[in-house]
Amino acid sequence: MSDRITNILLVGVGGQGILLASEILSETFMLAGYDVKKSEIHGMSQRGGSVVSHVRFGKEVFSPIVPEGEGDILFGFELMETFRSLPLLKEGGTVVANDLRIPPPAVLMGQASYPEGLEGTIRERFPDFLLVDGQKLATEAGNPRAANTVLLGAVSRRLNVAEEFWLKSLEKMVPHKALEVNRTAFLKGRAL
Amino acid sequence: MKEILSGNEAIARGAYEAGCRVACAYPGTPSTEILENTVTYKEIDSSWGPNEKVALEVAIGASFGGGRALCAMKHVGVNVAADPLFTLSYTGVNGGLVLITADDPEMHSSQNEQDNRNYAKFAKVPMLEPGDSQECKDFTRLAFELSEEFDTPVMLRTTTRISHSKSIVSLGERVTGLPAPKLVKNAAKLVMLPGNARVRHVFVEERTRKLGEAGASMAINRMELRDPAIGIITSGVCYQYVREVLPRASTLKLGMVYPLPTGLIRDFAARVEKLFVVEELDPFLEEQIKAMGIAVAGKEILPLCGELTPGRIRDAFASVGVAGAIHKAPSQELPVPLPPRPPNMCPGCPHRGVFFALNQLKAYVTGDIGCYTLGFMPPLSAMDTCICMGASVGMATGVVKVVSEEERQKVVGVIGDSTFLHTGINGLMDMVYNNAPATLVILDNRITAMTGRQDNPASGFTLMDDPTHSIDLPLLCKALGVKHVRTVNPFELDETRRVLQEEMARPEPSVIITNKPCVLVKREGVFERGPVYTVEVEKCTGCRACLKIGCPAIEWHPDPDGKKGKAWIDPLLCTGCDVCRQLCKFEAIGRGK
Repeated sequence: MSDRITNILLVGVGGQGILLASEILSETFMLAGYDVKKSEIHGMSQRGGSVVSHVRFGKEVFSPIVPEGEGDILFGFELMETFRSLPLLKEGGTVVANDLRIPPPAVLMGQASYPEGLEGTIRERFPDFLLVDGQKLATEAGNPRAANTVLLGAVSRRLNVAEEFWLKSLEKMVPHKALEVNRTAFLKGRAL
Repeated sequence: MKEILSGNEAIARGAYEAGCRVACAYPGTPSTEILENTVTYKEIDSSWGPNEKVALEVAIGASFGGGRALCAMKHVGVNVAADPLFTLSYTGVNGGLVLITADDPEMHSSQNEQDNRNYAKFAKVPMLEPGDSQECKDFTRLAFELSEEFDTPVMLRTTTRISHSKSIVSLGERVTGLPAPKLVKNAAKLVMLPGNARVRHVFVEERTRKLGEAGASMAINRMELRDPAIGIITSGVCYQYVREVLPRASTLKLGMVYPLPTGLIRDFAARVEKLFVVEELDPFLEEQIKAMGIAVAGKEILPLCGELTPGRIRDAFASVGVAGAIHKAPSQELPVPLPPRPPNMCPGCPHRGVFFALNQLKAYVTGDIGCYTLGFMPPLSAMDTCICMGASVGMATGVVKVVSEEERQKVVGVIGDSTFLHTGINGLMDMVYNNAPATLVILDNRITAMTGRQDNPASGFTLMDDPTHSIDLPLLCKALGVKHVRTVNPFELDETRRVLQEEMARPEPSVIITNKPCVLVKREGVFERGPVYTVEVEKCTGCRACLKIGCPAIEWHPDPDGKKGKAWIDPLLCTGCDVCRQLCKFEAIGRGK
């Protein structure tokens, strides 16, 4: 096992299920035999605010937060929040994001518009950018609410961790009745 | 067995393994999950107290009765519990007593970023500071042992990045064979009148000296000699950042940050060429080390405000040319400015209509701590002060003492049910006792919402989910002597505004209680979602009146030219609270088709 630490940032809007996704990632890395740390802020940042969760794994992890500008993978649950967190990524980092736009308060109130062209700017700076229609693929898998799991599948493909650990982790973390849909959703994402 | 646990989960596990019998707390970010996890161990009697002072007093009683007890709170909670804490330091304990203080550098969810390490020195009690979840568990166990060995309460300090970070923890078994709790009278130790307290103060000073000596051989104070050119004294999460940024530097990691193991610090200082302290907030370690006559650098390169991060530490060391700290260019600016995404009250939140009415009435609102502090944000913009738990009431009383009669009628205190029960009751007692003509609004949403829906003495359930007495708030206010106590439905805007106006004008103390539950309460029969509302496109004139309440379910849909537009209600978010319908003069908003 190399000493290198892999840094993942999960970003989106409070209430989108970011914490559960970061739990599944952490569990997977522990099952695969790595040291893992993760960090996020609870409290005020929920209630629809911006949320950033840090997950790091490797042989021995010290800091629970990703050093600024050293993110390997940005896992975005919402487009504008993905864009907002680009400075956390290293040069040449990977972006996997859900093609979902949640308007912030100023846009809801008609005082600003949701910024356009974010997608193109992300691609210019980070060519390794995968934009996923999570809702569509999740609907095909049997439940539009499994969009996060589709994205998780897409992220998993970009990490060197065997499929068995991902599936084992899903089994442990996802409620039994939702497991089959989530497994299908995960594999759909993993195929991207 | 290994599990991934947060710092808070690991502290609860540590308490369980240490044979802890009683745990109590008042919820407060980032400490809340400690008690939400102790309650999962049936061996621990876990409870929410109405405030931190009571919670600590319950823990003290359990300790005096001979059981191990844990008490948890956020940093500002220790201010509330400081009164018993300082004298508990004199009495010491019977069963071990551990007080968790969860500090919040950077104020992710707090009104200040006080550094509670100062409390350890001030109250003369030892303080441990873990650096990851494994240490949270191990240090909690150790804290109980030290508490009994040295006859002292032990504080364990976390910060948000320890409380809410997760890492891998090896679990252990619960200790057995602890002495059974029983009543033992010992007035000389437990009755702190001057004659006894003078004797105990001498004991306390001697205890601190002994702890400092013992610290030199404690495994939690750990010298790691690497490159002797740079030596760094640090603790808690800062240790992790230092290892990340300066992997070659020698470190002295302090697990006990008060009292300091002075012998060990001198030893370490003698082995390195250049000595630094890396600590968040106050120069707590730095000043004590300097007082020992040791040359050390700390706050001259590191900030006093905010939390540290690997990047901030990297930049600080690079600025003094320390090799190994690679100075990276600051992160690139985003090429497009983005609208911010601040937190907001939920769709259907019962507080929204009250703040809308207060804004319309141009009230001067003394505010308090909870979700409703978000009433400060535009477009509601109806909160003028926020200091600490319970302060809204006393501040309203104080403001009306000095302003003119005309302005007096604008003053309204606003407080949540849980905050009122925490430290608002005394303020209301004062308002009545001293006949201050102010108005207090109690936003009773049946839960402690901000910290994630914890029960309180008015919600009818305990932390262990047992049904219990629910405080009758109107009756309590009447018992305090408030003659005018009125209950309103905050979803009826006209009525809410009318009652507010009447009570604000009244030259006597008055209370208005709003009575609709938090939309996040999951317990059956408390909050029920109503039918979803929709906007009739033909009737909507695009006047934007409905946008003035800042409901996240209402969205402005501009026309293609961008000049005009219409409102739209997101059916997935709408709870059917009816407030927006009352704002629409064109009857364009109604219950779904």
